Amino acid sequence: MSSDYLLEIEDLHTSIYTDDGVLRAVNGVNLRIPKGTIVGLVGESGCGKSMTARSIMRLLRHPARIDSGRILFGGKDLTTLTDKEMREISGRDISMIFQEPMTSLNPVLKVGFQVEETLRVHGLAASKEEAKRKVIEMFERVGIPEAEKRYSAYPHELSGGLRQRVMIAMAMILKPKLLIADEPTTALDVTIEAQILRLMRDLCKESGMSVLIITHNLGVVAEICEYVYVMYAGYIVEHAPIFDLFDYPRHPYTKGLMASIPRIGGNPEYLYTIPGVVPNLLHLPEGCPFSLRCSAAEEECRKTLPELVRTDEDHFSRCVKACGEQSLEGRAYGAGRE
Amino acid sequence: MEKTKKSTDHHNPGSSGAAAAAAADRKSADLSCEIKSYVGIRKKIRRMCRENPLAAVSAAVIVVMILMAVFAPLIAPYQEAEQDLMARLQGPSAAHIFGTDELGRDVFTRILYGARVSLMVGIIPSAITLVIGIFFGLLAGFHGGWVDYVIMRFVDVMLSFPTLLLCMVMMYVLGRYADSVLCIILSLSLINWAGTARVVRAQTLSLKETEYVEAARSIGVKRIRIMLRHILPNCIPSLIVLYTLSVPSSILSESTLSFLGIGVQPPAASWGLMVNQSKQFLFTMPWLALAPSLSIMLVVLAFNFLGDGLRDALDPYLESR
Repeated sequence: MSSDYLLEIEDLHTSIYTDDGVLRAVNGVNLRIPKGTIVGLVGESGCGKSMTARSIMRLLRHPARIDSGRILFGGKDLTTLTDKEMREISGRDISMIFQEPMTSLNPVLKVGFQVEETLRVHGLAASKEEAKRKVIEMFERVGIPEAEKRYSAYPHELSGGLRQRVMIAMAMILKPKLLIADEPTTALDVTIEAQILRLMRDLCKESGMSVLIITHNLGVVAEICEYVYVMYAGYIVEHAPIFDLFDYPRHPYTKGLMASIPRIGGNPEYLYTIPGVVPNLLHLPEGCPFSLRCSAAEEECRKTLPELVRTDEDHFSRCVKACGEQSLEGRAYGAGRE
Repeated sequence: MEKTKKSTDHHNPGSSGAAAAAAADRKSADLSCEIKSYVGIRKKIRRMCRENPLAAVSAAVIVVMILMAVFAPLIAPYQEAEQDLMARLQGPSAAHIFGTDELGRDVFTRILYGARVSLMVGIIPSAITLVIGIFFGLLAGFHGGWVDYVIMRFVDVMLSFPTLLLCMVMMYVLGRYADSVLCIILSLSLINWAGTARVVRAQTLSLKETEYVEAARSIGVKRIRIMLRHILPNCIPSLIVLYTLSVPSSILSESTLSFLGIGVQPPAASWGLMVNQSKQFLFTMPWLALAPSLSIMLVVLAFNFLGDGLRDALDPYLESR
């Protein structure tokens, strides 16, 4: 069964078993990444985005673990693989870029060595010269100037942007099918951010790989994603193609996020914020997790968790009102700022 | 200096075409950030010698000491245990530059032979200690759980014993089977690793949580390789310091054991033993005690200064410009 999807996550539940109780970080996430597209996963801090990524990469550590669900990658369920089988896939078929380029490179190893490591652990470094040549080639592809000299540089000798390029080189050197980028530009300033995003998009187009970008920055999403998943308190609350989502957000949380983006020409004195705080994941409220902060919430919302309903061709929203009140959109959150 | 100049020359505008312009634009944006030239370990050590004369002198002292110990039979004017009962307890003179002891043996000769024991006992057990400590420290820190618990409780037990007492027991047990110097090396190695294991474990614990170890896992590096190639190099600066501090403490342990009479056995020479044997003449002939004591002090200080210097020089975060 070959599908158009490279990665399919089915009903993934991941929890952290803390001393205070079970923290349900990922609650029944269904997520599909088509081949060759850039998919965004958006949500605020602590909503489970990174835990989802770590679940895919099997980077969960002790108190955290996958409770149930399947992660199908090319027809194989990643959750059932042995450590050895997973090691073979990671780096070669799926790789990951981390948030902090300052800390995701080993300070005492030369960056060339670290990028070469990907080749080496997969037994693809035939000879030292060959590996070095490949790494330098990759450095040039990701736009590192003076690649030859940088090969034997230590991370602290590089700027943040260069380090993130090194990370990208490390993740991309084996031309993986899927790249997971966990907040790849959060630690960078905006000019470098734009460069890195452009680079990722170009590489994606060149090699036909899929990318899962995890971010809390809607600007990043708008920049490069083709399809977006919005996460809140461990649930996927909405997913849609990029233009659909930005033009017609259905879920009140997404609408709130959109309304919170400061706009040029808007009232600089007033920045919209969603009232309330994220619910404690140790004690999730019954019903819709957003009901406590939602201005349109009704009695029913606080009792039962709404299903993800289809509102458009490829647009799903976890809100009871998603279908009916189209007139609400734009007005409910956007009106006050005119 | 030259390197930075070259790099600024590198991207002069001469390219044409939109793509090339975009690439140049991208390059210059990155280059505007600070560029530092790469500094190798050898260069760092050379720089340390230039900027930290104390460490350089210490290194020289250690090298001279090692050479003197190795070539002791060639340098020494007399045999190690050669007695000249007619010339007992003499002060320093042309024939005996550090004088003679109560059996008429040349003190300078015995200092040279004692250096062999002291340096061997300092350098070898510290190295063995390091290997054992790294092994258990990495294992405990990286694996965690019950492995960590068992190893660390064992380490606690090792550390709770007074070193000297444990050493004495081991010397008695091992003394029947082996030469006294070998015994000292063995017992010091088997006792002192606990401290190293603790340091390595503590570092491993924090290092395994870092993003770069996670990144290494995400490209499929095996655990053992993560431990040895990604975590261990991060411990090296502190291990160098630990080693250079462990050498003098081993030397002192040997001296103490020999001073107490359970270390190196006469007629072999050892600095600690010489201090012991000269203590009855401390007030009448102080130079007898002075020569071995000063030797111990010199070597111990040299190793300590060198350790400090190396730590400053090799610390990747302390990049001096």
